[in-house]
Amino acid sequence: MKRILMPVVLLLAMGFPAVAAFAHAFLDHAVPAVGSTVTTAPKEVQIFYTQAIEPAFSAATLSGSDGQTIATGPATIDPQNPMELVLKLPPLAPGHYKVKWHVVSVDTHRTEGAFSFDIQP
Amino acid sequence: MTSKSCAALAACAALSLLPSAAQAHGFVGDRFFPATVLTDDPFVADEMSLPTFTIDPSGPDHSREFDLETDISKTLTRDIGITISDQWEHLRPKGSPAATGLGTLDTELDWQFFKNAPHEATMMLGLNTSWAHTGRVQALGADDFTTLSPLLDFGKGFGDLPDNLPWIRPFAITGNLSFGFPTKTESAGTPNPNNFNYGFAFEYSLPYLEQNVKDIGLRPPFSQMIPLVEVSYSTALNHGQGGQTIGTVQPGIIWSGQYFQISAEAIIPATRQTGNGYGGLVQLHFYLDDIFPNSFGKPLFGD
Repeated sequence: MKRILMPVVLLLAMGFPAVAAFAHAFLDHAVPAVGSTVTTAPKEVQIFYTQAIEPAFSAATLSGSDGQTIATGPATIDPQNPMELVLKLPPLAPGHYKVKWHVVSVDTHRTEGAFSFDIQP
Repeated sequence: MTSKSCAALAACAALSLLPSAAQAHGFVGDRFFPATVLTDDPFVADEMSLPTFTIDPSGPDHSREFDLETDISKTLTRDIGITISDQWEHLRPKGSPAATGLGTLDTELDWQFFKNAPHEATMMLGLNTSWAHTGRVQALGADDFTTLSPLLDFGKGFGDLPDNLPWIRPFAITGNLSFGFPTKTESAGTPNPNNFNYGFAFEYSLPYLEQNVKDIGLRPPFSQMIPLVEVSYSTALNHGQGGQTIGTVQPGIIWSGQYFQISAEAIIPATRQTGNGYGGLVQLHFYLDDIFPNSFGKPLFGD
């Protein structure tokens, strides 16, 4: 057993200097909130993550209740907050909308997700 | 060249130096499958459990056992990985002196051959090997024979259900099916039958609920918890023991953070042959791909 454990211990010891300060970027919260109903059409969707994200590999799209993608502005990262993705929206009518996103955290781990929100007059 | 195109070129050059986005432990599409304790995870990953501390229910002969287990999983490629596990055991037979020592060493080679992100589905084929004479055979009942167990693991999240079923979408099921083939038909007069092993984990992901379905205002640590029930059975198939089944039911909870997860489960014997009373376990499990993203935490080949 010692012959097996020793290489494992050595491998781990070798890996310790490379410990990174980042990991997966998970959705922390969003505005409008995940699964929420709002009475005023939002002008943007803000998605806040648990880690800083890479702008070039991070994006979000919006679709309506028919599943068709709705033209939006590009998803950008807030210059003041590298953990926030912002999707500018066109004027939206009342209805059911779905936001799909994918991001790559700064240590290159990819995560993705989707959530809905409703606009009711 | 304008300063804008210079900046774009510089950005492209910088990005080309980045490795491609890494596939992470337990993710299929929007779904994160945590590392389960009793049943096998349906994915290859760079992970380590250190330790898993188990207090087993009393055996049928009223013996008591405590185990301290470790396992480490390493990806060879994006889809192929290996796992090595072993445990230190402390056995207290009723009316006999206690014994301690190593249990049987297990290794596993896995190939995650199917992933469907939109349907949060994954499948994996593997071969688990329990190695003969790697633990204390006489004192602890470790195997004096090698067992080869071809296996099929699967995982399915229900996030692809329609939005009008919001409370069901955080559910996920993982499962294992395997046949165990001992390389020796009997040990010290006791038959070693072939076995059919089957186990399932039923999970309700609060992170999935919060991030993909409805923000109900949960905050850490509750928003990172995954309540689950694991069940696992092994049924003997031959050598005069056909139909005998042992198994446990293990309700519990997993808290999943950025770099590690903590699991706690109760252990309830599911058949009379399994034992009596209750047991429990706790596990500390590290995500090596997040802790060592540029070294030990990535596949040995590719990526």
